[in-house]
Amino acid sequence: MDKSINIQQRDIKPSLKTLSMHPLKFALWLFIVSIVMMFAALTSAYIVRQAEGDWLIYDLPTIFLINTIILVSSSITMHIAYIAAKKDNFKTLKVAMVFTALLAIAFLVGQFFAWGELVNIEVYFVGNPAGSFLYVISGLHAFHLITGVIFIFIMLFSAFKFNVHSKNMVKMEMCTTYWHFLDGLWVYLYIFLLLNH
Amino acid sequence: MSTATEVNISHEVHHDEHHDHEQSFISKYIFTMDHKMIGKQFLVTGIVWGVVGVLMSVLFRIQLGFPEANLEWLRPLLGGWLTEAGKIDPEFYLALVTMHGTIMVFFVLTAGLSGTFSNYLIPLQIGARDMASGFMNMLSYWFFFLSSVIMMSSIFIETGPAAGGWVVYPPLSALPQAIAGSGLGMTMWLVAMVFFIVSMLLGGINYITTVINLRTEGMSFTRLPLTIWSFFLTAVIGLLSFPVLFAAALLLVLDRSFGTSFYLSDIYIGGEALPNMGGSPILYQHLFWFLGHPEVYIVLLPALGITSEVIATNSRKPIFGYRAMIGSMLGITVLSFVVWAHHMFVSGLNPFLGSVFMFLTLIIAVPSAVKVFNYLTTLWKGNIIFTPATLFSIGLVSFFISGGLTGIFLGNSVIDIQLHDTYFVVAHFHLVMGSLSIFGLLAGVYHWFPKMFGRMMDEKLGYIHFWMTFIGVYLIFFPMHYIGIAGFPRRYYSWTNFDAFSSYTDLNMFVSIAAFVTVAAQLIFLFNFFYSMYRGKRAPQNPWRSNTLEWTTPIEPGHGNWPGELPKVYRWPYDYSKPGAADDYIPQTVPLSSTPESNLDHEQELAKQEKLANTAHAKKQF
Repeated sequence: MDKSINIQQRDIKPSLKTLSMHPLKFALWLFIVSIVMMFAALTSAYIVRQAEGDWLIYDLPTIFLINTIILVSSSITMHIAYIAAKKDNFKTLKVAMVFTALLAIAFLVGQFFAWGELVNIEVYFVGNPAGSFLYVISGLHAFHLITGVIFIFIMLFSAFKFNVHSKNMVKMEMCTTYWHFLDGLWVYLYIFLLLNH
Repeated sequence: MSTATEVNISHEVHHDEHHDHEQSFISKYIFTMDHKMIGKQFLVTGIVWGVVGVLMSVLFRIQLGFPEANLEWLRPLLGGWLTEAGKIDPEFYLALVTMHGTIMVFFVLTAGLSGTFSNYLIPLQIGARDMASGFMNMLSYWFFFLSSVIMMSSIFIETGPAAGGWVVYPPLSALPQAIAGSGLGMTMWLVAMVFFIVSMLLGGINYITTVINLRTEGMSFTRLPLTIWSFFLTAVIGLLSFPVLFAAALLLVLDRSFGTSFYLSDIYIGGEALPNMGGSPILYQHLFWFLGHPEVYIVLLPALGITSEVIATNSRKPIFGYRAMIGSMLGITVLSFVVWAHHMFVSGLNPFLGSVFMFLTLIIAVPSAVKVFNYLTTLWKGNIIFTPATLFSIGLVSFFISGGLTGIFLGNSVIDIQLHDTYFVVAHFHLVMGSLSIFGLLAGVYHWFPKMFGRMMDEKLGYIHFWMTFIGVYLIFFPMHYIGIAGFPRRYYSWTNFDAFSSYTDLNMFVSIAAFVTVAAQLIFLFNFFYSMYRGKRAPQNPWRSNTLEWTTPIEPGHGNWPGELPKVYRWPYDYSKPGAADDYIPQTVPLSSTPESNLDHEQELAKQEKLANTAHAKKQF
């Protein structure tokens, strides 16, 4: 019986692809799921805690709105870069990637100023959980965004070395997915905070 | 069997040895990216942690069974943790139970069980060369190792390790003033857990990706061994629940070190109010148990999966209700996320909400019972071969029944008011979660040891180990039910201060002695494990005459697992004692077209298609 196994094994093809998605891309989606769970935990904790009363009410600084617009536009430039890479349009790719990186950093700086604005209206990290939650949620998002910025810079450098092109899109696709996710996550968090502050 | 095959295999082994010579010691044994070596790393680290965790339980069993004992002889080991009178310091006692829980739940039964067998078996049983990302897999182990180092060193610091119970509820765990263990020890606990979570997420993402993307040709989801199904669902549960623990731990870190008030409010220490206002300790409980309950199934499911495989193989029968097994595991996975508040019935939870959670909790009895009946019906009238692995699997089913029944008691919110935080709970989860999962781990080690190390473990020692452990576990945990029904709370340092419980002194002494004997029996296992690794009998190609793919690799598989091409799968893994077949097992790699004598009606159709595909393939080649 063993012999027949070996004969069988000799003439089979390498394993068929069981899922058309690249394993690394799939792993990225799973990573995104775990981030979603973490923010789901924090936002539900926010709601549960808010329902118990003793909750500081304040207006969200407008700078958060500006930051949101900046981040959404970085998503648009990212997508322009992605389409350009798919069409081997290297000039547009480089320009769009540079803009994405700049907008991403502008968002992070903006978030920092937003924290300063919060301190000005006397919403502190240490104090009523209403304020603490805002700092934790935006801070944890900013932390993940930094990982996204690092990813963007890696792709930016490979774009300048002409390593991103229509035949080598896996990493570019992953970077685009991750960046769109982080932007979408912030839009969700912003709307959530707007509705529940 | 043919000599040609053996020659072929030995040639391949030789080839692989040659290949391995090129690897340095460091890249082969330490920073390895080979899933098999990573699995073994998890196993050995898990065993080391198991020894530490079990020794801690010996220490507190001495205190509980023999409160008058003089432990002066342990002073070289425990030093300042003994009081002047030579007894265990009460705060150290709390640290012991805390660390015992943490170590056993996370480091032994999560990392040691799912880390070992998911890593080792997933690529071998689905026919893949390695995990989706070997590098992430290596990171997973080394984050776990880093976490282990931090947790282990917290045991040796002056203020002692975390002591607020393995659930580390605030405010006890949040305020260093509360107990010595809530100082540096607690900080290290949290840091260690953060690395642990990172490790489990890296591992889990890898397991899921590998199972979905890297199955070999023909290995559809309905042909996966149940082990793989259980590891897959375990990873899904971990992926969804560990980030929530991360969020809970993060807020606790901020409360402890940065002065926020997520969990703290209205606390007075020594008559002075703390500045923290507006926090809610219940919030922590919700977040913690949203991980904590799924964690139970992270520990449980791999053990159940291993049992399915071992019982089917050694009963020489197909697993009864393969699809029902998958269905019940899926049911358990989903339900595990909607029952967390049954740990909080006495926390001031809304009684209506309590009944909802009670209802959902009791539903878990349905898939669990399906699994139990399927195990029993698989064993029923089988040609059972009693290997040590079989015995441990049957023992596991026994614990699933006896420990599961008390779960129905505890799931009822009304009965829980009496039983909450008593030894009844301790008895319940040590049977159904602790012992069951340890038995799954041991069954897995006995069953796959020949694959892991190319040698057999000694069977006689295995039998002695099993019977001493099996009887010992019942002698330890059965009496605890009575103590719990009588109302004695868990985690208490001493029984002797309460008249109501003095009648249980003998029973406690009995439990402690049973515990010491059971622990001693584990030394037999340790000896057997390490001795057989070097001196055991050489393993044959397929020692249990099993169907799954890992037994088609060389006896000691090298890099890439299969020297030639990947095996192709033609059937499900449970074709044992198929009517008409020559042997009582047909491996998954045997095509249906070569077994016309045993094919079922629908398989005849598949066999015809196979033949057509083969001729088409042959025509293409010429």
